[in-house]
Amino acid sequence: MTDSRLHSRSREVSQSKVSRRNLLKSAALGSAAVIAAPYVKGAYAAGSLSLGVWDHWVPGANNTLTKLCNEWGAKNNCQVTIDYITSQGEKDKLTAAAEAQAGTGHDIMSHRDWNIRIHQEVLEPLDDVVGKLIAQYGPISPVAEYLAKIKGTWRGLPTTTGSQVKPCCSRFDLYQQHAGIDVRDIFPADESKWDKAKVDNWNWDTYLTSAQKLQQAGFPVGLAMGQTSDAVDWTGALFNSFGVVMVDGKDNIKIDSDETRTALEYMKKLMAANPPEVYAWDDAGNNRWLISGKGSGIMNPPSAWAVAKRDHPEVAAQCWTHPMPRGPKGRFVGQLPQFYGVWSFSKNKVAAKDLLLYISQKDSVAQLVQASSGYDLPSFKTMYDLPTWQTVEPPLGTVYGYPPRGDEQTSIAGAPARSEVGAQIYNQAINTVMVAKFTQGNEKLDDVIKWAENELEGTLRV
Amino acid sequence: MADTVQTWSPGMRSVGLPVLGSQNLRLFLRRRSTIAFLMCLPLIVIIVGLVIYPAFYSIYLSMLNKTQTRFIGLDNFNFLLSRDVFRMVVEQTAIFAISAVFFKALIGLITAHLINNLPAKGQRKWRGMLLVPWVIPLALSSLGWWWLFDPTHSAFNYILESLGYDDVQWLGNPYWARFSVILVNVWYGAPFFLIMYLAALKSVPEQLYEAAAIDGANAWQKFRHITLPMMRNIIAITVLFSLIVTFANFDIVQIMTGGGPRNMTHVFATYSFMLGIRSGDLPLGAATSLFMFPILAIAAVLILRGVRKRGREIG
Repeated sequence: MTDSRLHSRSREVSQSKVSRRNLLKSAALGSAAVIAAPYVKGAYAAGSLSLGVWDHWVPGANNTLTKLCNEWGAKNNCQVTIDYITSQGEKDKLTAAAEAQAGTGHDIMSHRDWNIRIHQEVLEPLDDVVGKLIAQYGPISPVAEYLAKIKGTWRGLPTTTGSQVKPCCSRFDLYQQHAGIDVRDIFPADESKWDKAKVDNWNWDTYLTSAQKLQQAGFPVGLAMGQTSDAVDWTGALFNSFGVVMVDGKDNIKIDSDETRTALEYMKKLMAANPPEVYAWDDAGNNRWLISGKGSGIMNPPSAWAVAKRDHPEVAAQCWTHPMPRGPKGRFVGQLPQFYGVWSFSKNKVAAKDLLLYISQKDSVAQLVQASSGYDLPSFKTMYDLPTWQTVEPPLGTVYGYPPRGDEQTSIAGAPARSEVGAQIYNQAINTVMVAKFTQGNEKLDDVIKWAENELEGTLRV
Repeated sequence: MADTVQTWSPGMRSVGLPVLGSQNLRLFLRRRSTIAFLMCLPLIVIIVGLVIYPAFYSIYLSMLNKTQTRFIGLDNFNFLLSRDVFRMVVEQTAIFAISAVFFKALIGLITAHLINNLPAKGQRKWRGMLLVPWVIPLALSSLGWWWLFDPTHSAFNYILESLGYDDVQWLGNPYWARFSVILVNVWYGAPFFLIMYLAALKSVPEQLYEAAAIDGANAWQKFRHITLPMMRNIIAITVLFSLIVTFANFDIVQIMTGGGPRNMTHVFATYSFMLGIRSGDLPLGAATSLFMFPILAIAAVLILRGVRKRGREIG
């Protein structure tokens, strides 16, 4: 800096006057800086935090989350505002996409299924939060890890709210009467009483035989085969249990395999035991099927049971949620977790992380699970001992088998491909379209596999 | 020049605009074109902000790679053309739009003639009733139709079954599903054609029909040689508008079938939504939605050129 410039600058400073307005402005800025900047957990820390959260379909479930957030806000002198955003018409995803593009919006946003990967570039790392929870509660769901841990960094925190698996929800009376199977006897509401031989015998062959009997009796199972998540999830679980791999982790297309052929041949028989409308069902189709009393079983979270409890209690009283059948490569259930993400453009990241940690504690999770009648599923297996799943009724213990227990593993269609590839496979419903082409369209098996290879090749686009 | 500098009204000069002070500003504001521009400005801002900017932004997006980090030119379009499903979507959109517009135009023309031949008192009643499908928000009416076609509890199937017929998989069978979405589009869009054609019919001079009747022309000859030529421009414009809107249709397919079964009812908008929003590939979604733009633009130019030519001939 030259002497002349120094001189002129000092003259400017000396000429500036301390007006009343400047003084007030400086004081206000100083106070704001003191209040807002150093957020320290547990300390007095004003500010505000806004959340955009998936709007829960269970009446009252949102209130519990609001209560938890307000509790945290009161303790930390932080004003929390929550916008509950419906997933109808993908409004939550549209909102997230708009906020990501605009670089402004809520501090915390909930993301369904693959959205963490989609917005990874504008999501704050949450390794510290997830790390603390893993240290507290043990291993986390591998599906959650697959979806939210990107290149070794957690970009999303698995939520309890809205996270789900899609096991069997069966009418035990119809199964007993028409197929001679007592699902309550195989899967009683106490895992320690499960008989290994009986559980092992609950496999896809048994499922097919029972489905055929139930169809003959006029109460077919209703397995969605449209292009929405319920269909994709259960089909993905079945494919996994037959050992089908679409694309492996190294971008190799593996769909042309004996496992795929076996699974599709099996599907041909199974879909023939379903009503023809399953190809047109959205995610509510199977629920309506069970609730109507026409259906004997679906693959779904306990939402169908919960609605039946309200609208057709006599149907709800005969429902039992239990693990999926076992296949040659194991027993898998489709899992669809939700996540909280903190935008990188959030103004209050430290507070956001602390709030997330608070609502992920087991005490908070217990309240959320209770508020949703057991629908919401945490991603930590050590939390599956919460009392809600044992106490919910009717009948008592009906959703005990909802959290994966025994040898049931969680899975998601599209894995183990890179999550960028998996998202395409999942969202384009390549697995269910394959099944529909083969079973409904009566296309040749080789043609279906060739079609799938072409589509999978497209998902590898960089 | 008179057009641009003439005063707003003769009295304006005597009233003057003393508060403005400046003579130049006064002259500026007195120009009709200036006032017109200022009055249009809110609309221009809205169109620029909500139509032109998003359009150019989507063109820009369509030329980026999946992660929006690299410019890749037309690669997204090339990629789409190499995909079986996309080629099927192109075919389906064409079937959907062309057949829907054809039936909308046909039904619109027939009903417009029927209403035009009604006494004036009855016309108003029928016009109002037949416009109802067009007035109801499309998302709402699509939901109503979806209920009628519901895969498990279809009201139509209930009637069919009660008459002793087998039920129809309206949305479960891909071909019936295509029929269903086209039917709903025709139901929704036909009133637009009706009202346009009715207006056109009313503008045909009655003397022409009288002269034709004296010459012994029958109804068909009157229609072919008087009505149709007089309506050619309005038919061309309505077909063009409807074609553009139908090619871009989203609500009906998304609500009724979501593009299924087996992707066999997807149209550009729903496929673009699936790729861009659900799968997170915004550039590919943008490329899909823009795919028909050049074809529709050429069609628009040709149709509008024909309209102008005929307009000059008549003038």
